[in-house]
Amino acid sequence: MVKWDNNRAWFLVIPVFVIVAFSAIIPLMTVVNYSVQDIFGPGQRYFIGAEWFREVLHDERLHAALWRQFLFSGLVLLIEMPLGVLIALAMPKKGWTASLVLVLLALPLLIPWNVIGTIWIIFTRPDIGLMGAFINQTGIPFDHTASPLDAWITVMLMEVWHWTPLVALLAYAGLRAIPEAYYQAAKIDGASRWAVFWYIQLPKMRGVLTIALLLRFMDSFLIYAEPFVLTGGGPGNSTTFLSIYLVKVAVGQFDLGPAAAFSLVYFLIVLLFCFLFYQALQAVGTGEKG
Amino acid sequence: MKIQKRHWGLILYLFLLLLPIYWMLNMSLRTNADILSGFALYPSSPTLQNYLKIFTDSSWYSGYINSIIYVTMNTVISLLTALPAAYAFSRYRFIGDKHVFFWLLTNRMAPPAVFLLPFFQLYSTFNLIDTHIAVALSHCLFNVPLAVWILEGFMSGVPREIDETAFIDGYSFPRFFITIFLPLIRAGIGVTAFFCFMFSWVELLLARTLTTTNAKPIAATMTRTVSATGLDWGLLAAAGILTIVPGALVIWFVRNHLAKGFALGRV
Repeated sequence: MVKWDNNRAWFLVIPVFVIVAFSAIIPLMTVVNYSVQDIFGPGQRYFIGAEWFREVLHDERLHAALWRQFLFSGLVLLIEMPLGVLIALAMPKKGWTASLVLVLLALPLLIPWNVIGTIWIIFTRPDIGLMGAFINQTGIPFDHTASPLDAWITVMLMEVWHWTPLVALLAYAGLRAIPEAYYQAAKIDGASRWAVFWYIQLPKMRGVLTIALLLRFMDSFLIYAEPFVLTGGGPGNSTTFLSIYLVKVAVGQFDLGPAAAFSLVYFLIVLLFCFLFYQALQAVGTGEKG
Repeated sequence: MKIQKRHWGLILYLFLLLLPIYWMLNMSLRTNADILSGFALYPSSPTLQNYLKIFTDSSWYSGYINSIIYVTMNTVISLLTALPAAYAFSRYRFIGDKHVFFWLLTNRMAPPAVFLLPFFQLYSTFNLIDTHIAVALSHCLFNVPLAVWILEGFMSGVPREIDETAFIDGYSFPRFFITIFLPLIRAGIGVTAFFCFMFSWVELLLARTLTTTNAKPIAATMTRTVSATGLDWGLLAAAGILTIVPGALVIWFVRNHLAKGFALGRV
């Protein structure tokens, strides 16, 4: 859309700018402040430069958490994206069944994130949980509180259960936006089901799938409440993702300096990916933005 | 209606999707003794005592009230500030518009854990700890950007000619905005309100840090119960079921626009 040039439009943006600046810029300044100071007590602070950053960047457990985080986000995306597209393709196009499926799909998205954890504790407990008890019945020992592998499987399952509907909803919206004429043309040409998917549906979903990828990557990268409630980051450190580790350092050990330096590194990684995705979003041109 | 092969896959998926929720419902209708005595696919003697406890014990039901208060406050603040800003981003080019727009997005993506300590300090300074407004304001960090992005998407779908015609007809900007423009993007406002509601409702880390008793959200009450008694499964399940209800009610009204909202208004 061609826009009017008008710098007075800034006045309309000021409320948003002020409110977000209050809750983003001021806290970030505090974090920067902490990250370069050593605090001994009230009023006793010393500037120590990049000391905390050096310490954080050499922290083995941080490396482990970061690597775990990337593995987790990568695996989750690999499962959720194709599954979401498949579900969207199978969804009814109109009528009450379409509404029903939409509402059912959206249900997990509306549950507070720590309640998601609670649901999965109840669901996977080896003694009283449906899934846990069922798996143990088949003779395979399964206990997410004892085995790191089982804990990973449980957290992954929970994440896939929780967020695949988002990908499905987005893909569905993309599919609905394809004009009927495209399908008719494909039918006349005798295109196979696969060809229709590969040459019509997938390219037309590119915009929404980019958004899905962006949202899913970011949210899985920031995951905190669900694994915290389900496993508490354990057994051992096996499900300690970045946010959990950060909160452990900041609140658990109350190491403000390292926690602040850690926060900034974390935030910079997120910012980098955010920028890459924003560029991708602009490049695919999802209609309105240009 | 003939059920095709691909529909069976969908039905199976939906079945699996609802299974954990069903299990929680099942637990919520049983007493603790019953739950721990053995495995049962359905409650043999269903009881509502868990729900009764939540509705009669103020430490439980006040959690719901607190949550609803700050979620509502947040939704109102987000909408009121985001509406004019989204209009500016949608209609005008001005100095720094693209940068501010991107900067907003980065806040939606910011890790809440990073803001934990600074927020605590900030709101302590203003003596706002344990008030509803503190939580409502802190959730603005991610909800205001989200609202701007969704609304901008919906507003850009309205042809600019409508604005031009209105201005030629002599409408003042506020009058045009309220009487003509807002009704046109009704659906968008509804969806945005829903998303603000939802993300504020599901967020816990900040809400828990900024509250102690007076404004404690329900989700935090639940966490406390897990650590304190550890085993009150029935009560926990009932509280969980009740946290799903408000969202499930609202979702029906926005079902046709859900996907567009999740796509930040960009479909």
